[in-house]
Amino acid sequence: MALNHLGLALTDRRRGRRLAADAGLLVLAAAFMLPLAWVVLSALDPRADLRVKAPDGLTLDNFDAILTSDVTFTPLLNSLILCGSATLLTVVCAALAAYPLSRFRSRLNRPFLLTIIFATSLPITAIMVPVYALFVQVDLIDTMQGTILFFAASQLPFAIWLMKNFMDGVPKELEEAAWTDGASSLQSLVRIVLPLMGPGVSVVTVFSFVMMWGNFFVPFMLLLTPDQMPAAVSINEFFGNRGMVAYGQLAAFSIIYSTPVILLYVLVARRLGGGFALGGAVKG
Amino acid sequence: MTTASAPPKLRRSLVRALPVSPALIVLLLFLAGPIVYCVWIAFTDLRLTGQAQSSFVGFENFREAFGDEEFLNAVWLTLVFTVLSSLIGQNTLGLALAALMQRASKPVRTLTGGIVITAWVLPEVVAGFLLYAFFRREGTLNAILGWLHLPSQNWLFTLPILAVSFANVWRGTAFSMLVYSAALNEIPKEITEAAEVDGAGGWRRMWHITLPMIRRSIGTNLMLNTLQTLSVFGLIWVMTRGGPGDKSQTLPLFMYEQAFQNSLIGYATAVALLLLLVGSLFSLVYIRLLRTEV
Repeated sequence: MALNHLGLALTDRRRGRRLAADAGLLVLAAAFMLPLAWVVLSALDPRADLRVKAPDGLTLDNFDAILTSDVTFTPLLNSLILCGSATLLTVVCAALAAYPLSRFRSRLNRPFLLTIIFATSLPITAIMVPVYALFVQVDLIDTMQGTILFFAASQLPFAIWLMKNFMDGVPKELEEAAWTDGASSLQSLVRIVLPLMGPGVSVVTVFSFVMMWGNFFVPFMLLLTPDQMPAAVSINEFFGNRGMVAYGQLAAFSIIYSTPVILLYVLVARRLGGGFALGGAVKG
Repeated sequence: MTTASAPPKLRRSLVRALPVSPALIVLLLFLAGPIVYCVWIAFTDLRLTGQAQSSFVGFENFREAFGDEEFLNAVWLTLVFTVLSSLIGQNTLGLALAALMQRASKPVRTLTGGIVITAWVLPEVVAGFLLYAFFRREGTLNAILGWLHLPSQNWLFTLPILAVSFANVWRGTAFSMLVYSAALNEIPKEITEAAEVDGAGGWRRMWHITLPMIRRSIGTNLMLNTLQTLSVFGLIWVMTRGGPGDKSQTLPLFMYEQAFQNSLIGYATAVALLLLLVGSLFSLVYIRLLRTEV
């Protein structure tokens, strides 16, 4: 009976605790929400300023004003070319590199992987000035291909590491049958392993793409011609170079520019059953 | 010796390693190359303009840096920024969020997780604008303070380093939250329940059971947060440009200013090399933490 009492007390306490936890989380969520609320409300507000307030009427004029090729379409297309190509390059190179690392034993695997992890955590920002100087020397400055290659190189260490971990999860037995039938490594990678690790490949793809889409410093340093600028940099010009800033338009542009990565994240998080997979993958 | 006449075993390993080569080439040319180049020009007086040849100057750039008050200011601000936003802010808040999420009801958990992760997924520049609007004199923070009858001030002018640190907490906490949520989920329920039946309160359970059990995640998280924070550029650039004056000029912004406003590429690269060395140290510690798992 005493035990029963204790049980009841525990359930009671747990319920109380859940309410307290809910309240605490809601306070934190509201604090995190404030800047996000500003961008959504301002985008719809004909007279937006810098604080969160109920809009003076709802309007889509802000979106209307920025949906021109100069302000929105060209930069977004540039972003897409830049990040799309770099992501493709990253994923193909990472899948190829992960295969021998995951499938064959070699004395070189461990040192290679340790170097990869080491490179994963290097602050890329630090090497941008030398990269700029180097690109000037070899004439890659202000070129899309140079920026794409650098983007791919900066994402590759993490992509290889993630890809190898996902590939380790695909049982080797399935391939052995293919090997005895005379399939090459490349054939078994493309026909058997990659289709089985669809979620893994999409995580690597989306993660690389999202990181590049939001990256400001790399294109800011390596591209000079305004026509080539991706949205990450052009938004800054749009904001800085017009004495009087149209906050409503800025907010509208921020929303258009952010939506693709948010959607991609949601897509991947869904596929993996909850948003915690990336955290787990990063943890090692 | 060519591959054709190599012993079959060696040849087989070479063929097997072949798929690594595209990645290896890209990494060597575009990552290792710049790092080696960085080490080289850090010891030269390379400038952006008006100079035909650069010459080797030994440790001159480093000597200059440690006598340069602006550099020391940037080191100090980087330290403040890292400690405030990464070690204290993101880490503690992330753990608090993850711990609360363990107990909260599902809708609240999903809602909060969604909002915090959105802040993290947003492009860096957009996050910068949102927080710029939040901290400006006529922005949301002062509106709230006014509503609470608390004194308001021009945050980006009086306490810029605090404002950008908060911005980094806002943007980066989701990562810690995800890492800690994953770690807390792995703690067997029986252990915490046993302690609860034994009458250990929430704080004591946190301190004596939960924290020791997730200490590896704490280490990993601190390392990765710190490395990420060391390389923040866009967020600060958008919010303050390192100003007013140099009151929020962390090392990446200092480096940029030396390279492009003062045209001192050699000097800026020496600073970059120092930043890279600090990053490498953290990186090595991180590898040690992971070592058993590779």
